Amino acid sequence: MPVPDDVAALLGVVQYEVDSEVTVERGAVLTSCASTENANPLFWDAATAAELTGRAVAPPSTMSVWMRPHRWAPGRTGTVEPLQAHYDLKDRFGYSEAVVADVTIVFHDVIHEGDRLRTRQVVRSIGEPKVTSLGEGRFWVVDLEYLRGDDDLVGTETYTMFAYGSVR
Amino acid sequence: MNVHRRLFGDVAPGERLPALVRRLTDTDVALGAAAARDWRPMHHDHTHAVERAGARAIFMSTPNQAAWLERYVTDWTGPTGRLGRMSYRMSGLLCSGDEMTVNGVVEDVERDEQGCGWARVRITVTVDEAAVTTCTVRVALPVDETDNPWARKGAAWCP
Repeated sequence: MPVPDDVAALLGVVQYEVDSEVTVERGAVLTSCASTENANPLFWDAATAAELTGRAVAPPSTMSVWMRPHRWAPGRTGTVEPLQAHYDLKDRFGYSEAVVADVTIVFHDVIHEGDRLRTRQVVRSIGEPKVTSLGEGRFWVVDLEYLRGDDDLVGTETYTMFAYGSVR
Repeated sequence: MNVHRRLFGDVAPGERLPALVRRLTDTDVALGAAAARDWRPMHHDHTHAVERAGARAIFMSTPNQAAWLERYVTDWTGPTGRLGRMSYRMSGLLCSGDEMTVNGVVEDVERDEQGCGWARVRITVTVDEAAVTTCTVRVALPVDETDNPWARKGAAWCP
């Protein structure tokens, strides 16, 4: 089954360019470290941070933490999804379920406390229907780009998703 | 703070990183999801995880796996190790109650054109000896006592 024209038209197009709702801050950095018992002194010890990075930084793996919208905000109706381009495809094709098959993260720049990042999403590819152990579905690839200031690239995440189940 | 800092010259292909073993709890999974600001129910709601998602129990979120993988690598490198790239594939779930075992091996080392020293580490996360996540991390290490990968920017940083 070929990809419909309206969906194919999304390939390579920048979507959902938004400023993050949260600022990179120490409490959340340390909560992340605590969740994995990460004792790296770069994140816990001010002297180490001053020596290596000049000032406090966030673990690179927290990059996605800083783009997820609040679960609720005044005046908001409904839930805002962090990877909306993926959810749009899932809805467009009518799949009930989806899983992350693989992720590639490239860390282009250091994330400092006080940073406020901007993200944008680009659908890179959409596969033909395929049967896996989860059932019949489709794979697609969505890039999430993280930017700061004048389009300085902080990092990219490339998600390969597999959506499946009860096509409506 | 006196912490071991692994240098590029200390590392060779074939070196095995120390194993990390942990019995995951509900708190590990829920705390990890909260730390990642990931509120989807399969990471904190046992009924949803089992009855809707078909899992054994609540299971670790994708970004929290990245945090565990970073911790595993930087436990080995020390604080001067700087991640450049991480790719991981999840073929199974890390559920509350599982004993997670993380193993890693250095696959390759290289100096890039900018003089930055890199190690490529292959990581396997297993539960009951079955691989549930496989990962490759490209991590920069100082080439000598005066080098600091964290200071590299722009053209000098090629992750």
